[in-house]
Amino acid sequence: MSDKHVIKRAKYKSSTKDPGVPGVLKLSIERFIFMPNDQKSGVKLNVEFKIVKGHKFTKEGSKQALLNLTQEQGGNYIFEFDSFTDRDVCREFVARAIAFYTEGGKAVPERTAPPVTNEQLSSIETECRIKLLQENSELQTLHKQFVFGGILTDDEFWATRKKLLDQNDSRRPKQRLALKNEMWSVKPLSDGQSNRVTFNLTPELIHQIFAEKPAVRQAYLKFVPHKMTDMEFWTKYSRAQYLHSTRNVVAAAAEAAEDEELAVFLKRDDMLANEARRKIRRVDPTVDIEADEGDDYTHLPDHGLVRDEAKDVLDSQYEPYRRSFSQDLNQHSAVVLQGRVVDVGLSDPRGVAEALTRKKQAELSDDKLNTNFEKELSNRISRSAELEDLRGPRDPAVAPLSIKDPKDYFDSQQANALKALGDTGSAAKPLISSASAGQAYDSLRNVIIDINEMGLTEPIMNQEVSLKVLNGLTQSISSTKFHLGNSSNDSILDMLPKVTKEELLHHWTSVQELLKHFWSSYPLTTKYLYNKVTRLKDAMSQVYPKLQEIKESVQSDFRHQVSLLVHPMLQALDAAFAHYDADVQRRSAKSGEKRNGFM
Amino acid sequence: MTPVSSKLYADDVSLLMVLIDTNPFFWNSAQSTLPFSKFLTHVLAFLNSILLLNQMNQVVVIAAGYNSCGYIFDSSDPQNQNKRAEDLLHKLEEFVDNDQELCREESVDGPGFSLLSGSLSMALCYIQRVFRTVPLHPQPRILCLHGSPDGPGQYVAIMNSIFSAQRSMVPIDSCVLGAQHSAFLQQASYITGGVYLKPQIFDGLFQYLSTVFATDLHSRCFLQLPKPAGVDFRASCFCHKNTIDMGYICSVCLSIFCKHQKKCSTCGSVFGQAQTQNSSTTPDRKMKMPVDG
Ligand SMILES: [Zn+2]
Ligand SMILES: [Zn+2]
Repeated sequence: MSDKHVIKRAKYKSSTKDPGVPGVLKLSIERFIFMPNDQKSGVKLNVEFKIVKGHKFTKEGSKQALLNLTQEQGGNYIFEFDSFTDRDVCREFVARAIAFYTEGGKAVPERTAPPVTNEQLSSIETECRIKLLQENSELQTLHKQFVFGGILTDDEFWATRKKLLDQNDSRRPKQRLALKNEMWSVKPLSDGQSNRVTFNLTPELIHQIFAEKPAVRQAYLKFVPHKMTDMEFWTKYSRAQYLHSTRNVVAAAAEAAEDEELAVFLKRDDMLANEARRKIRRVDPTVDIEADEGDDYTHLPDHGLVRDEAKDVLDSQYEPYRRSFSQDLNQHSAVVLQGRVVDVGLSDPRGVAEALTRKKQAELSDDKLNTNFEKELSNRISRSAELEDLRGPRDPAVAPLSIKDPKDYFDSQQANALKALGDTGSAAKPLISSASAGQAYDSLRNVIIDINEMGLTEPIMNQEVSLKVLNGLTQSISSTKFHLGNSSNDSILDMLPKVTKEELLHHWTSVQELLKHFWSSYPLTTKYLYNKVTRLKDAMSQVYPKLQEIKESVQSDFRHQVSLLVHPMLQALDAAFAHYDADVQRRSAKSGEKRNGFM
Repeated sequence: MTPVSSKLYADDVSLLMVLIDTNPFFWNSAQSTLPFSKFLTHVLAFLNSILLLNQMNQVVVIAAGYNSCGYIFDSSDPQNQNKRAEDLLHKLEEFVDNDQELCREESVDGPGFSLLSGSLSMALCYIQRVFRTVPLHPQPRILCLHGSPDGPGQYVAIMNSIFSAQRSMVPIDSCVLGAQHSAFLQQASYITGGVYLKPQIFDGLFQYLSTVFATDLHSRCFLQLPKPAGVDFRASCFCHKNTIDMGYICSVCLSIFCKHQKKCSTCGSVFGQAQTQNSSTTPDRKMKMPVDG
């Protein structure tokens, strides 16, 4: 896999001021190795990630692209990279490696931690939040004001910005971890003297087996611990695997006849078979599968694979005991690609088995609900394999918008628009006079013909009129020029002092933030929401005097404009308070009723 | 067709699309205030002065009639070089003949409506063609010389034209010649950043045209032109025609109602019940604020 190793040119530095030793840094999931270019230089590093506790790095755009790995027992390793992109590749790898050792290695102690009430944040998520705050100063101000001010919790603050976080998240290459690609096969560790065969099963492997073999999973849930112990179960399973590996179908059938539990492992997995059939039904037949060179492995004996099916023809009674390697292989690939789908500690096999079963059931029920899928599939087939000349026109996917009378839209806006222009409307109503079409057209035509024959009248306009127009225009322009807020291009805000403008804008955003949280808390179904609203209400009541302060702080020429800007904020806050009061009243009335009823 | 990707404007060359109202019923009703002959005289002089301002300037005239619209003049047409006015008048006469042939009504009450929406669309199409054929664009603008009252039936088409003009950054200037203001043109100019003007003295039309509407877009950066006193975009409900600040909006056709409706009276969409148990919270009511200029 491409991300098993990372090799980058880097300088090792004992401190940030050290010029550093140029060389090559090689990272693998277990360790990092630094080899200096100059072999004579003594600085060679080979450190396991197990002992690395954390990593720090310089911000992008700073002077040096540094990565600082801190050790558990103190001490650190500083590397400088040629570019931030190189650094970021290594940083991400290191983060993964450290996470691997802290999560995988210490899975057991972590599980004893108290249940997650206060959602533990992954370091990635925290990083993401910090980055957002750094990039957006407005967000930062709000965050500082409300989260540090104790009005909102950090989670509440971010809960309304999921989209922002998601966006930011998608920008970074974040990959789901797949399972190990290695296929577990029974490689018996025989000591060569006795007949003892040793198998090695890890929690990771058990997870994989459960995911790949639903029958084993089911059997585990059924047998352990009532019928047999964990140990016995896996011994039996390994025995079955061993039998398979001997490829002795007849022997397998014989043993299965004696031991019904063993038979479960030896027979073909019916659940898998069902699922396979279901999947085949859902394969999109229109997918274009291109052949490439990779398909050309037919010249290899047994396709280059050691495990190969028994080709001998067997009686039908042995049929259930035959297993096709290609089935195993396919199932294995599917599971590997799916990755770790359950979020349970691997040390608890029962938990893993149950989680996987739940997951599968959910998938199955999803599919049942989703019967449309097959219909859609057949539509797709008919679309892509369509014989155009044999089909009628397809219906448009959209319903045409049928607007009965567009006049309504006009009426809805015209009145106000004309009022704003100072048109009284009724006073300027045109005379309703009927005109014959012929006459009207004729007079128009005559005018055109006249001008064409006689030419334009000269002069077209006398100078007094001209002067009057010019004066009128000048007057109206100069009267509107200093009339504040009348240009469509400059807003009142731009005319205010910079401080006032910024303060107003800040209050707008903070009022919005408070209101957003306030309204989204209703109805108050829990104590938590009730407390949140109380906090918000207190914060909102503090906005009033601040807005008043702004109004008073500006010069008298601007005061009216500022109060116009502040007015909608006050209105919105008033509405929230009105709702709050009404709700409080309703609640007290309700509780009063109850008391009366009980008495 | 080449897409309009990078626009290179010649800063002092204008493409002026002039839409003239040729609705005969309007001109018939306006005989006493602004006779059509006077209007034509002033406009012809104005068009000539535009062409004199810069020899690269281009003027295209579109007639907005009662039944049809048509291009009646294009200064870039090589045949128009010598007898501009004659040619324009000749085409206009033809246009009026055609428009009359299409007329189904015997008589019309009041000034009637002219096809503003059609002429705006034609102007925008012409501008798009210029954008796609000439590497160095002239600065386009549209001037509506409009007198007929607003035709309510054209609302959707006109608003679409306005937004399309806004998108292609073409200002729409409006010179309103009728007795009433035009809400359409007021919005058109406001949204596209053009000038809206209703002349008070029709005898001095040419003065208005040359003082206000002859200014090219580049010069407008330095000049003070008439500004509207602010546009009130508040709407009234479709059901009672009351001006409202807050109301219900049909998510399909954007009709506005003051109360919750079961079915949209404009497009017939059936609405579900509002998702609120609490009558005091009405999240789907949208606030519409008056926009102050
Ligand atoms: Zn109403
Ligand atoms: Zn509707």
